[in-house]
Amino acid sequence: MTYITKPRLHHPSLPTNKLGYTRRDYEGTISTLCAGCGHDSISAAIVQACFDLELPPHRIAKLSGIGCSSKTPTYFLGSSHGFNSVHGRMPSVLTGANLANKDLIYLGVSGDGDSASIGLGQFAHSIRRGVNMVYIVENNGVYGLTKGQFSATSDRGSKSKRGAVNYDEPIDLIDMALLLGASFVARSFSGDKAQLVPLIEAAITHHGAAFIDCISPCVAFNNHEGSTKSFDFVREHNEAVNRLDVIMGRAEITADYAPGTVETVTQHDGSVLRLRKLAADYDPTDRVAAMTYLQERHAAGEIITGLLYVDPDSRDLHDHLDTVAQPLNALGEAALCPGAAALDKLNASLR
Amino acid sequence: MSKPIASVNDFVVKFANVNGSGSASANLVFARSILRMGVPVSTRNIFPSNIQGLPTWYEVRISEAGHLGRRGGVDLMVAMNPQTWAQDLASIDPGGYLFYDSTKPMPPSTFRDDINVIGMPLTEICNRAYTDARQRQLFKNIIYVGALAALLDIDVAEIEKLLGEQFKGKDKLIAPNRDALHLGRDYAREHLEPIGLKLRRADAVGDRIFIDGNSAAALGCVYGGATVAAWYPITPSTSMAEAFERYCRRYRVDPETKKARYAIVQAEDELASIGVVIGAAWNGARAFTCTSGPGISLMQEFLGLAYFAEIPAVVFDVQRAGPSTGMPTRTQQADILACAYASHGDTKHVLLFPEDPHECFEMGAAALDLADRLQTPVFVMLDLDIGMNEWLCRPFAWDDKRRLDRGKVMTFDDLESGKEFGRYLDVDGDGIPYRTYPGTHPTRGAFFTRGTSRTPYARYTEEGAAYVDNMERLLRKLETAKKLAPAPVLKSAKQATKHGVIYYGSTTPSMHEALAALEEDGIYLDALRVRSFPFQDAIVDFIRRHAQIFVVEQNRDAQLRCLLVNDCAIDPAKLTPVLNYDGTPITARFITREISSLLGARKPAPLREVVR
Repeated sequence: MTYITKPRLHHPSLPTNKLGYTRRDYEGTISTLCAGCGHDSISAAIVQACFDLELPPHRIAKLSGIGCSSKTPTYFLGSSHGFNSVHGRMPSVLTGANLANKDLIYLGVSGDGDSASIGLGQFAHSIRRGVNMVYIVENNGVYGLTKGQFSATSDRGSKSKRGAVNYDEPIDLIDMALLLGASFVARSFSGDKAQLVPLIEAAITHHGAAFIDCISPCVAFNNHEGSTKSFDFVREHNEAVNRLDVIMGRAEITADYAPGTVETVTQHDGSVLRLRKLAADYDPTDRVAAMTYLQERHAAGEIITGLLYVDPDSRDLHDHLDTVAQPLNALGEAALCPGAAALDKLNASLR
Repeated sequence: MSKPIASVNDFVVKFANVNGSGSASANLVFARSILRMGVPVSTRNIFPSNIQGLPTWYEVRISEAGHLGRRGGVDLMVAMNPQTWAQDLASIDPGGYLFYDSTKPMPPSTFRDDINVIGMPLTEICNRAYTDARQRQLFKNIIYVGALAALLDIDVAEIEKLLGEQFKGKDKLIAPNRDALHLGRDYAREHLEPIGLKLRRADAVGDRIFIDGNSAAALGCVYGGATVAAWYPITPSTSMAEAFERYCRRYRVDPETKKARYAIVQAEDELASIGVVIGAAWNGARAFTCTSGPGISLMQEFLGLAYFAEIPAVVFDVQRAGPSTGMPTRTQQADILACAYASHGDTKHVLLFPEDPHECFEMGAAALDLADRLQTPVFVMLDLDIGMNEWLCRPFAWDDKRRLDRGKVMTFDDLESGKEFGRYLDVDGDGIPYRTYPGTHPTRGAFFTRGTSRTPYARYTEEGAAYVDNMERLLRKLETAKKLAPAPVLKSAKQATKHGVIYYGSTTPSMHEALAALEEDGIYLDALRVRSFPFQDAIVDFIRRHAQIFVVEQNRDAQLRCLLVNDCAIDPAKLTPVLNYDGTPITARFITREISSLLGARKPAPLREVVR
């Protein structure tokens, strides 16, 4: 709801990136979410990441489904085309958009209801197809717009604001994304911007399906005692496996770290992910080990965050389909229409 | 004993086979050899929803007069399936012929005494000539084609040519097939009595082509510039997606890099299929999906989004018999209402009704232009009869000067020059606003697409007046659609009449044959073939000009008639439904009988009942 127009004026000394954009140029309209909503922090992190990466805002397409999370694309990247689609169906719309023009950056924003319940199928299939996108689930374990029902990511035993207990087994989208072959998998927390921003940056530079499950407490319906998605609970149980820096291009790594504490991963586009290890022996390029580790720590009651898995040699749907370099939406008659002579020849073969 | 049927170039041959037995290609060679003799045929597969072992039939109507609809009745039954023996035997017209495998002796009581029985020991001949079980099976089909060539006087050189074309590239198969053909032909010439059904070379085919509607529609999408296709397998539309891929491999591979100028996604369901189409079209690619009734049901929510958010989307609905799974391998025109008003809320969509594969091609390409121009979903309403059967139709034509109509799209230069952009702003009264593709301009032309109500500048609003304005504009857009979509085709009676008939789609050939038959009985009807919805004024005028209109359809509830009543405010009493919906293609005999009896005319000559 566009009640308040943000002033276009800003302080003249606001820093600009190489393209000459200020951080404000990556913002959208004023959020209408509840004050303190975790989702607004994620929007801010997206703004920061796009500013840091010096992306032309109009070359990003932001797509979402339905729900509080899916409203957020209005609140960032105001110069980008946005598409607020159908509940649970953002992944297919994003897939189609991506097929039409491989040159844009696709940012899919969804929620736990949107992706783990009504849209579980589309979530799964877009991941397994390797659509080149950043898929962020703003996970609060609750249906906010409809006033506080459990979602499919609510933990068993967690309590609703009214005191009802959830007896259903939760769906862990991170586990699913790993199983389904996502080539970039991360979990973060909306209350930890220092962790989240580099993860979004890394996901954007990643070539393939990049999935981020971002726990984002709902201050209105799921921030009470007994909830496992409250600010307090997540802060207490958050165990990061690594801290990430994203280095664009082939910049030299100068910082000094004790041997064995830093791992670097060079991605498809040359960007370097530098990971400061927090959990010894955690190898984010070993998918099977990652799945095992996550299961073990989950059983121990920890919420594991950080860059959980990355495949530096990832491929995407366009690679699989072997499409031409030029975006399909830019091909004209000459490239698309075989013409009258070919048709005459075809007619002759049908007699 | 009835008099044996005697006819030249005008009879029906029906093959009863087991599916998965390799009969389809032999039967196709049979039909095409007749076309090569210059005699029109129409063919229909009647098949089960099964892979192997169940009964399947192939009907070939031979008509030098050029009647391409299903006739009904059988003059010569080629009974190759013991499972359906009784039913096949019963379906032969009195005086007709039964061709069967006589290897195993059958008691005379197995047969009818009013038909002519032609036994040929096919299995015995095969077993003598071949040792391999698969060869025995496959060559048996070619052997009966050889025997039929002898019985019906088919030019065997035409069959040989066709075998050569069919096995081109697998040349070592040509000689054994030709041998099998002659094995059958020689046996028949030596042992079988001549019959009353004959073929004679004619010149009635012209430059027409023989192709199925699904392939034709797919080709239309290639010519129309579709680059993204998303689909989910469902009979009877699957072969359209497969044909699109086949044609893309032939026509859409970059000659230098060998890379694809197309993207095809077999989606996880029909919801995802239409979602991909909407996403691609929103982003400026031409996109389509093909499906059938159950898929249309699943797409409802998305279709409402495409209508309201004004995104081009092309949907090919190859209709089959519903509701629910219905008869998945039988034909109907039963999704007219489901498509015309698809989704919740007030919606209305553009439908196109191709009459044959030629129009499947034309309307396939046109639908992509229309969807871009109107920025709305466009449905091309095929059915199983057109989609999955080969039809004889006019050759495809294309004008190389033709350009893709991408509709109202603001370019970088438009935006840069300061042209006003309001995504839902009607600047020239046709109801169609301008759009921009994502990524066009750094600071201008971006907008938010949503299924919620909005202002002309794409801002969310729940204000009643803005909502109503927008809904009214969408109606104006559909008025514009009437001018752009294919106009109805009038076929006037030879003399003035107060009776008219409205028909569409695959009913056309049977309707034309029925009109001729009715005329012979002194019943004159002006006929109007509807080619699109929303209905043009010409259709309303046609109804006004006549006292009584028959609306001929292939569904139970007279769905097009409902649309006429509802959308054009026509008095229902004026529109008399004529409905065939048993899953078999409508016949001229049925239409003639129904209209004659509705008009209380003298009964036409007794009809031979259609029994399958």
